[in-house]
Amino acid sequence: MRAGILLFPGINRERDMVLAVRQSFGTEPRIVWHKETDLTGLDLVIIPGGFSFGDYLRCGAMAAQSPVMRAVRDHAERGGYVLGVCNGFQILTETGLLPGALLRNAGLRFLSMDTMLKVERNDTVFTAKYAKGEVFRAPMAHGDGNYTADEATLDRLEGEGLVAFRYHDENRNGSARAIAGVYSPNLRVLGLMPHPEDLVDPLMGGTDGKPLFDSLAAA
Amino acid sequence: MKAVVTVMLKAGVLDPQGKAIGHALNNLGFAQVGEVRAGKIIELELAETDPAAAKAAAEEMAKKLLANMVIESFKVEIAV
Repeated sequence: MRAGILLFPGINRERDMVLAVRQSFGTEPRIVWHKETDLTGLDLVIIPGGFSFGDYLRCGAMAAQSPVMRAVRDHAERGGYVLGVCNGFQILTETGLLPGALLRNAGLRFLSMDTMLKVERNDTVFTAKYAKGEVFRAPMAHGDGNYTADEATLDRLEGEGLVAFRYHDENRNGSARAIAGVYSPNLRVLGLMPHPEDLVDPLMGGTDGKPLFDSLAAA
Repeated sequence: MKAVVTVMLKAGVLDPQGKAIGHALNNLGFAQVGEVRAGKIIELELAETDPAAAKAAAEEMAKKLLANMVIESFKVEIAV
């Protein structure tokens, strides 16, 4: 599995992602600048967290229009894997690669704390190393993580098993149906708000997020 | 020619910012304030002379970028 990590101005979590990939994949990821358009050779495109383009207009709105995202859309259409975390998730919804949108947290506060995520299914390339229903710890750090979509879309996501993770302890940002992450219909694109890449080494205080990267590495 | 695009969260989409503003106004003694909705206004200076063409262009910009149609609605006004 060859991974590329996208870099937009204002993205600040790419180095955590590099560590997670390096550790689980045993290979060095390629850093892809937002003006690049050639993703040849990459199996997995990762969009890390941060504040791309200063969160101007809406979180992820500017990044969604950048040249590299056209290439990511083609990559996804070819069946390539895409992982978007935090701002990466927002960018994926803004490009329409994932349904719904992320609104301001219901309590209006920026939330920087650990949360507990429940694994809704473990038969995907992202979650094979977790157990179904397993609950794991993941740090979150976002101001706009309140997942929303219309009722029909939410019903479809649940009906088709496209909810990846739900907040298990407390739904602090007010997300519809406590949804923390969703899949594309082919289960190859995943977006989530919390940061599994922040817990991949005992030195970080835990390895709860490592199975996600180990799952990808084994795919 | 100037186009003014007003972007608002759709009716039914929770607007925590509007809610917070409403609470603050109530706390200031404005008891008559009910629901508050907050949005944004984007002014565009357009190299257009035809108001209809300017409106159509601004609407396309709103759909493609200025508004997220999943959660927001917009309205375009042409200022003469």
